[in-house]
Amino acid sequence: METLVTALICFPFLWAILPAVIHNSKRRAFFVYLGCGIVMVLSVFTAVRWYLDGGQTLNFRLPYQEMFGHIFLVGDVFLMCFITYLAYKYKKLIISVLTIVSTVIPSAFELVGPKLPNNYTMRFDWLTFIMILIIGVIGSLIGVYAVGYMHGYHIHHHKELPDRRSFFLAMIFVFFGAMFGLVFSANLLSLYFFWEITSVTSFLLIGYTHTDEAINNSFKALWMNLLGGCGMAVAISVGYLWFNTVNLFDFIDLAKASPDNMRYLLPIAMLAFAALTKSAQFPFSGWLLGAMVAPTPSSALLHSATMVKAGVYLLIRLTTAMADNYVGNMVALIGGFTFLAASCLAISVSDGKKVLAYSTISNLGLIVACTGCGYEETIWAAVFLVIFHAVSKSMLFQCVGAIENTIGSRDVEDMQGLMSIFPKLAFILMIGIAGMFLAPFGMLISKWAALKAFIDTRSVYVSSLMVLFICFGSATTMFYWTKWMSKILGAATREKSRDLTKWNEYTSMFFHAVLLVALILGFPWLSEHVLKPLSNDMFGVVKQVISYQNIIIMIVLLVGVFVIPYVNYLMTKNTKAKQVITYMGGANAGDNMNFISSTGEAKEMHVANFYMEELMGEKRLFTPAIMISTFIIIVYQIIVIGGAF
Amino acid sequence: MSTIHKSPWLLHYDGSSCNGCDIEVLACTTPVYDVERFGVINTGNPMHADIFLITGGINSQNEAVVKQIYDQMPQPKVVIAVGTCACTGGIFKECYNIKGGADTVIPVDIYVPGCAARPESIIDGVVKGIGLFKEKAEALAASQKA
Amino acid sequence: MDVSTRMILAGCYIIFAPFIIGLLEGCDRKISARMQGRRGPSVLQPFYDLKKLFEKEFLTANKMQLFMIRSYLCFIILSGILFFGGFDLLLVVFALSTSAMFLILASTTTHSPFSSQGTHRELVQIMACEPMELLVAVGFYLATATFNVSDIVMNSDFARVIMLPGFFVGFVFILTIKFRKSPFDISTSHHAHQEVVKGVTSEMVGKEYGMVTLAEWYENAILYGIVALFFLNSNPLSVIWAIVAILAVWFLEILIDNTSARVKWQLMLKLAWGVTIIAAGMNLFLLEIIRGNLR
Repeated sequence: METLVTALICFPFLWAILPAVIHNSKRRAFFVYLGCGIVMVLSVFTAVRWYLDGGQTLNFRLPYQEMFGHIFLVGDVFLMCFITYLAYKYKKLIISVLTIVSTVIPSAFELVGPKLPNNYTMRFDWLTFIMILIIGVIGSLIGVYAVGYMHGYHIHHHKELPDRRSFFLAMIFVFFGAMFGLVFSANLLSLYFFWEITSVTSFLLIGYTHTDEAINNSFKALWMNLLGGCGMAVAISVGYLWFNTVNLFDFIDLAKASPDNMRYLLPIAMLAFAALTKSAQFPFSGWLLGAMVAPTPSSALLHSATMVKAGVYLLIRLTTAMADNYVGNMVALIGGFTFLAASCLAISVSDGKKVLAYSTISNLGLIVACTGCGYEETIWAAVFLVIFHAVSKSMLFQCVGAIENTIGSRDVEDMQGLMSIFPKLAFILMIGIAGMFLAPFGMLISKWAALKAFIDTRSVYVSSLMVLFICFGSATTMFYWTKWMSKILGAATREKSRDLTKWNEYTSMFFHAVLLVALILGFPWLSEHVLKPLSNDMFGVVKQVISYQNIIIMIVLLVGVFVIPYVNYLMTKNTKAKQVITYMGGANAGDNMNFISSTGEAKEMHVANFYMEELMGEKRLFTPAIMISTFIIIVYQIIVIGGAF
Repeated sequence: MSTIHKSPWLLHYDGSSCNGCDIEVLACTTPVYDVERFGVINTGNPMHADIFLITGGINSQNEAVVKQIYDQMPQPKVVIAVGTCACTGGIFKECYNIKGGADTVIPVDIYVPGCAARPESIIDGVVKGIGLFKEKAEALAASQKA
Repeated sequence: MDVSTRMILAGCYIIFAPFIIGLLEGCDRKISARMQGRRGPSVLQPFYDLKKLFEKEFLTANKMQLFMIRSYLCFIILSGILFFGGFDLLLVVFALSTSAMFLILASTTTHSPFSSQGTHRELVQIMACEPMELLVAVGFYLATATFNVSDIVMNSDFARVIMLPGFFVGFVFILTIKFRKSPFDISTSHHAHQEVVKGVTSEMVGKEYGMVTLAEWYENAILYGIVALFFLNSNPLSVIWAIVAILAVWFLEILIDNTSARVKWQLMLKLAWGVTIIAAGMNLFLLEIIRGNLR
């Protein structure tokens, strides 16, 4: 098993060299497919082997652990120099301060600090199992999609940009490797190394096009993530100074053993802070929105399977140490607030990718809130959300990317009547959207469990606030998704044209759709055989989170959502009906699209969605949201830090 | 037993009129005349309407509009022309832009004379229209069976 | 509760809900007319209207509309079965919002200016109401430690409204929106005439409109059921209180309808959310404190 894990982590890093050096488009594509295939097979194989072995938690050291330790150290320093160089080049010196601080402190401790006992550095448990499947399967599908997309991106749409596809595809593999390393690491030093790699890689991916906007946004992402890295550096230093360990699980056990001692809570607070930055919670949401300038595959990668999931992964790990204490309250409040604020903001934007970005932030907010609560039900809900969100969001991004390549716009308003022009794309989009919010799908199950757990949360203020956040947040979530859906179904205003989507893009998207449906149908199984042992691992008890009765109801609803419209469709297909034009006060110019204006000429009738700019607009809500969330974080951090000294 | 005549919904279209008849039509819905006691609802939507009530004459501007609205009403339907203008064109008949009464574009079933038509006579026309509505519904049902 | 009781209750709902709500609707029109000094139509008028709609010729602007509307009706009935069968209240609320989505999709397929306008107002209305509906479920959970409708009734020996006055006020407030009464008949009026013609239902002809009306009756039955839930308990006599409460709420809505002018949707959203936060939020907070003290 150790060898397999090592292979899983190292393989993508090494394979990244291939697309980087091969510049022939066809041959490179072949190697990317091959690499993605190997990553997928390797991750599934590892996961399945572990599952068949009985699913026991494995603690182990990597083979040649000493050597890897040195590599991590050298790698950290290298990343620091690299960032400092870039910061110097683009005159953003403040960033170099962040990276130097966050790298020098842990490295110094590692070199000259007290010698730590030789402990295990890696852990393989149920959470890791889920994470490697998500990264391996979703990630490599995005890799496959990227080949086709980037071809269209450079050849058809952005001829003015330098073609750096080799670099792009290589970076995707680096990302896989870093994510695999991250979810296996138990030792904070290796966790920190992989953490920094994802920060830097995402920075490079966001800045891919080298336009001014891209560079600005990429630096924004960098400084926010480095700030989080500083939090992690503090946690490591605290481990060296006070606890004589830098093992994540030791930290958690210590905090659990004496929940009232702020000294043990401090590293947890710092790690949680780092995770909040990475999962793009308010006030750090800016970087994820800025990441939209990058080509679609990188958005899909950052938003669904990797990067933001690294943040929530760490929070799920920490959750038992956060139950009903200050850190947990901070995380829950930030998460709940983000859920509501981001979903309000999503109402006011019409750029498809931006809607997706806000919805990602909002969904992550719900997950983060679940972890902050720290109960079994919420972890159950959080893990479900992670899985469903990864699949549907990756699918949605790919679909919007394909639509943009085909119709030349990603504005929701321009997608009117997509169902009748590009039914395949529209269908995928509909499934993805349905997966994000509709009743029987993932979100509902999770929301049900989360709401129940929040009511039971011990702190009165947090509990009441969280319930309100969830209730209002669900309402606003419903609003922006439904209006998008209704736009797709509306009457088409544009001419039919050729679908420019490549076969490899379709392969990836259809695979996602199948996966989503399979997940929905398989959710009772998933709950029984994966989530139960997971909560047994974390909480030591196995409780039926959702009653048997409710599982049946959900299955009924689920079947209802598919079967009822389908049966009705079949039954009404041959209904005799006289076709009429829609009512426009009798002024239609012969069809549903145009009307006779007061001058007697036909004019096009334009139908647009509500965006509520003056009520929910970015200008109005964004800054207050940042201020409120900053306030929450600062207050709780002061409480924890003050208590520790 | 058909009860279709107990639910006649009404669509009021104001053609080229002096608005006198329109006021009288609205008067029918007030407490004094209360046309709703017959189940009449003054709907604003041809798709939901059973009785098309036209006041005022037809000019070249509204000709197409009246025709379109008539087409958007589902069968069975009844058309009532209220007021002299809707019946014949009235005092505007000789104007350069006037085509004449409502029956120049669509088939009119019931004519309610008057300038302006009194609410009592409008209600009388509507009640006659309701009777006709029932007959038409039965004829339609019979033709569908056949 | 055993399976046969559940089935009987759900069956009663499917069969009787339209008759009871239709009759209430007819009485509503009669009373409204009397309040305005008119004689008004027969109390059976809603049934005549419904029957006529199904008998009219079927026209359509977009064929997709019909199956969407049928799905809307089916989903509403499904939610009602879940509610009256005594299952999970929170899931009932979720199922209701899913069914509302079918109505919205149905009305946007046509590209009609009036129905699109109505659709978006309908969306705003859903957004205004949904927090309160969810909070009602939360309130019952706080008061009875279960989301299960049958347990909520069976496990209490007093009317839960005593613990949930704020939730009750908030819920009655959004009922005005849900029943499409003035001042909030924004997306489509339950009266015949408004500025966006007939809002969401503008393009629905004959049987389509009939099905939407029927679905609304079924939905109203669920909403009245939730009102009753505030009063029902294990004592069988509480049924009388529940009926009295339903009639009181029904009359209150008629009174509001006949005495208020119309407002814009922006104000509706602000009012609905404001009342939700103040009434239900305060109640929620107090209940949490009481529970915290008990622990």
